[in-house]
Amino acid sequence: MSETQTIPAIEMRGVNVAAMRDASFTVLADVNWSVAAGEFWVIAGQEQSGKSDLLMLAAGLMPPAGGDCQILGSDPKNFGESELAERLRVGFVFQGGHLFNQLTIAENIALPLRYAQNLTAAEAAGEVATLLELMELTPLANVTPANVAANWRQRAALARSLILQPEVLLLDNPLTGLGARHRQWWLRFLDLLSCGYAQLGGQPLTLVVTADDLRPWQHERRKYALLHDKKFLPLGGWNEVEASGDPIVKELLAGLVETTI
Amino acid sequence: MRGNLAKAFELANSEKFRRAPLPKSYTDFLGRKLFLFLLTVQGLGAFALITLGVILKKSGVAENVIRPRIRQEITRAGVALLPMFLFVALALGFLVIGQTVSALEKVGAVSYLGSTMVIVVVRELGPLLAAMLVLARVGTAHVIELGTARALGEVEALEALGIDPVHYLIVPRVIGMALGIFSLTIYLIIGALASGYLFAFLQDVALKPGDYFKQIAEALGWLDFALLALKTIAFGFFIAIVTCYHGLAQPLRLEDVSRVAVRAVTQGVIVCVLIDAVFIVLYLVT
Repeated sequence: MSETQTIPAIEMRGVNVAAMRDASFTVLADVNWSVAAGEFWVIAGQEQSGKSDLLMLAAGLMPPAGGDCQILGSDPKNFGESELAERLRVGFVFQGGHLFNQLTIAENIALPLRYAQNLTAAEAAGEVATLLELMELTPLANVTPANVAANWRQRAALARSLILQPEVLLLDNPLTGLGARHRQWWLRFLDLLSCGYAQLGGQPLTLVVTADDLRPWQHERRKYALLHDKKFLPLGGWNEVEASGDPIVKELLAGLVETTI
Repeated sequence: MRGNLAKAFELANSEKFRRAPLPKSYTDFLGRKLFLFLLTVQGLGAFALITLGVILKKSGVAENVIRPRIRQEITRAGVALLPMFLFVALALGFLVIGQTVSALEKVGAVSYLGSTMVIVVVRELGPLLAAMLVLARVGTAHVIELGTARALGEVEALEALGIDPVHYLIVPRVIGMALGIFSLTIYLIIGALASGYLFAFLQDVALKPGDYFKQIAEALGWLDFALLALKTIAFGFFIAIVTCYHGLAQPLRLEDVSRVAVRAVTQGVIVCVLIDAVFIVLYLVT
């Protein structure tokens, strides 16, 4: 077993997570979590439970408010300009995509690679074309994000994060707002990435996704955790999720939405 | 409630109230405004220093991405505004310079024409007018674009992808605007001086074109060229800093963007006037 496989992709010990918008507000306290290389985690929780904040921290985009955090063996507190390559081993797909509205879909996908390796548009075109084809986005390559449906924007955001060939991919609510056909595509594609997609190098990716509905994510190979009441609660595999007596888990499994109607 | 308002209105207009010392709430208000002003100055200063640091530190980083963006910004803040500046130069020449030439001729002071033109157009009106027009036309677009990008999470996306937002979003705008205002001011001055003479010529002012331009050339010193370049580049740099600061430096929601755009333009005008005042002092000292 190589050294990179023995180092956990993400390791958190007693970590406190602050809110992105207000660093003085703690959304999760005392998080103990270890993600081994190649694992596929589903982090479930209701709205405002701290899913996005936890992912931002796991991506090294914000420091922990307390505790010890290691990302691929490095402390995110030390992520500066010179450790950028280290941080970019972790990819991030935002909920809704967060594409750059002034650029076309192809330019969006090319930008991280062009910036990191100082490439011209022509030099990056080959890799962009491969990803556009994989994501079925080729006909939309020269369209700006505002003129593309949310389903395709989300795929473009996935392509944009994959162009830097990350080892760990964090996806914030990737299925939110997608049509049924696109949901199926995402679930299948993420499984391929998790197993090692030949057209993207064949290296199995470590995946962490957040979800506010557990039902589409049922799989015996995945691991599950719940965020609730400022706590991180590891649930185990799908069997444990189904057997859980936690009312929040039951709600996330039933897809129930609290309503006053 | 209405009764209270009426009473307050009556009180505010009474002689007794006018002579009374300011209530504590006014001092609170002024103090708060002063404190906010100092915070803004601090924020703008820090942002300007960060931007300068990034310009110097990352001059060779991702050139194939940043250089096309700088060219794009120079086009936007310079080349694309040429037709508008041509129109303004003609208007400025006709309205101000032509009349000045004509008036000087009436009082027999045509020999002062060169120095008057240099002071009015080259030192003051040209650079300031160019800065105001670029602020209105491009500066507002900067705030809205960056504010929207910030509100839609594009800045976080840049950071997640390892792209420095200041390097990618701010540096091209700052360089583009500084070079844009410098070039446009030159065109504006040349256009205004030429159209001014044209207007005076149409009014039968007894001044040959050769004499007119000779007087202006004699009135211009090397300091005028140096300070004109410095002043216009300073205008461009600080307008870009103010507009980009308000668009990018603080977390925004979409509904905040229009309010922030108004504030940025107001502060941009104030900054231009302050820079102008500094250069007036420089002219007087030198």
